[in-house]
Amino acid sequence: MGRYQFFGYRRENGRVGIRNHVVILPLDDLSNAAAEAVGNNIKGTLALPHAYGRLQFGEDLELFFRTLIGIGSNPNVAACVVIGIEPSWTGRIVEGIAKTGKPVAGFAIECNGDISTIASASRKAKEFMHWASEKQREACAIEELFVSVKCGESDTTSGLASCPTVGNLIDKLDPLGVTTCFGETSELTGAEKVCASRAATPEVGKRFMQVFDAYQEVINRYKTSDLSESQPTKGNIAGGLTTIEEKAFGNLAKIGRKTKYIDVLKPAEAPAKGTGLYYMDTSSAAAECITLQAAAGFVVHLFPTGQGNVIGNPIEPVIKLTANPKTARTMSEHIDLDVSGILRREMTLDEAGDRLIEVMIRTCNGRLTCAEALGHREFVLTKLYQSA
Amino acid sequence: MATHFIVHDKADTVGVVVVEDVQPGKDVTGWIMETDETITLKALDAVPLGHKIALQDLKTGDTVLKYGHDVGRIVAAVGKGRHVHVHNLKTKRW
Repeated sequence: MGRYQFFGYRRENGRVGIRNHVVILPLDDLSNAAAEAVGNNIKGTLALPHAYGRLQFGEDLELFFRTLIGIGSNPNVAACVVIGIEPSWTGRIVEGIAKTGKPVAGFAIECNGDISTIASASRKAKEFMHWASEKQREACAIEELFVSVKCGESDTTSGLASCPTVGNLIDKLDPLGVTTCFGETSELTGAEKVCASRAATPEVGKRFMQVFDAYQEVINRYKTSDLSESQPTKGNIAGGLTTIEEKAFGNLAKIGRKTKYIDVLKPAEAPAKGTGLYYMDTSSAAAECITLQAAAGFVVHLFPTGQGNVIGNPIEPVIKLTANPKTARTMSEHIDLDVSGILRREMTLDEAGDRLIEVMIRTCNGRLTCAEALGHREFVLTKLYQSA
Repeated sequence: MATHFIVHDKADTVGVVVVEDVQPGKDVTGWIMETDETITLKALDAVPLGHKIALQDLKTGDTVLKYGHDVGRIVAAVGKGRHVHVHNLKTKRW
């Protein structure tokens, strides 16, 4: 066991989680009511209502299945009950999650109705919850950890200190074999060539540029202005950020100064090239991005904020840090780590990176994040285009 | 000595105010992180925490450098010590 270790839950497929959720997962919007009823019936379970799952097709449907199966498969989930309107797609989700070896069962509402489905699913959820509640944490090596990063309501202090603090952590943990992930395609605009140069090989950099260019086409197709109404956001502008280019360079500081990314992932795609840093094609909206990273199997998230984004995720704990002294003062209940000392030259970046590693390991060992304590469970699926 | 603003790179033409009380006429001290140098100038506008202050006179069409990189173009002339934001700096994208 090296310098860093943590205590996690080892799952049937060998992966390690830091939380022990029994998830009640609706296949579609129609099944939210039943899923929430089961979640309410059986304490210690967690329903994840969402807006989609009907009449999607093509690449958008594939992303939908990849996301739901990925969420159920995440090692922070001990067991999963899936409830859908009909048995076929419900079964597809169940089969996907079952590949991890964890307990999973599906229930369909058609020909049963909500009340009977809720009763059957509640009995199964209770069985899973009792089983999961006896799972014990065990010592795990740091290289078994999957860490995602994304910033939000950024301001200039994000680029000065909180994003570089995350970057410092990545530069320290990457050589130890931790698996990490960043995304936010649109928010790399202006810094895309620098980002491409941070790929481990020219081929990976070229694939990044293809993904980046494709996103620009989407923006060019739908935009009605220079996006100055939404990128930077009103919060970004209040915090002093003026242009998307300025925001992008701050954003990119999250991947450190020397770490190179080894692969380009589709949204919600699990890493498959071993340990290292991965770039994932995601929206820059916090809840969408973190949901996609959780679906790809990342178990703990680092979230630098400037003006104070309050985001959480139901299954992947979100650790928030800020370098903005005003945010640290006025929104202290949301901030897990205050690194504003960097701006006062009371704390070095290196010290801040060490503090973040410590907070992350304590979170992995079971300490609840501010977002968990406050009940932030933003679960937002990414939709690529209209449904059929 | 208090640091009122921080500059990422030596080449940058703007710095970021990191205190809450920069008012017109105030002599402010800046820290260039890249080279660990200290610079001073006089603020000519109230510049809020997190907002940018011009380190030199910038004229319309100039490229603004931050992080040592192009972060947009000046659309209204701005003097050294003045507030740089959406009223005088615009993106070159989209």
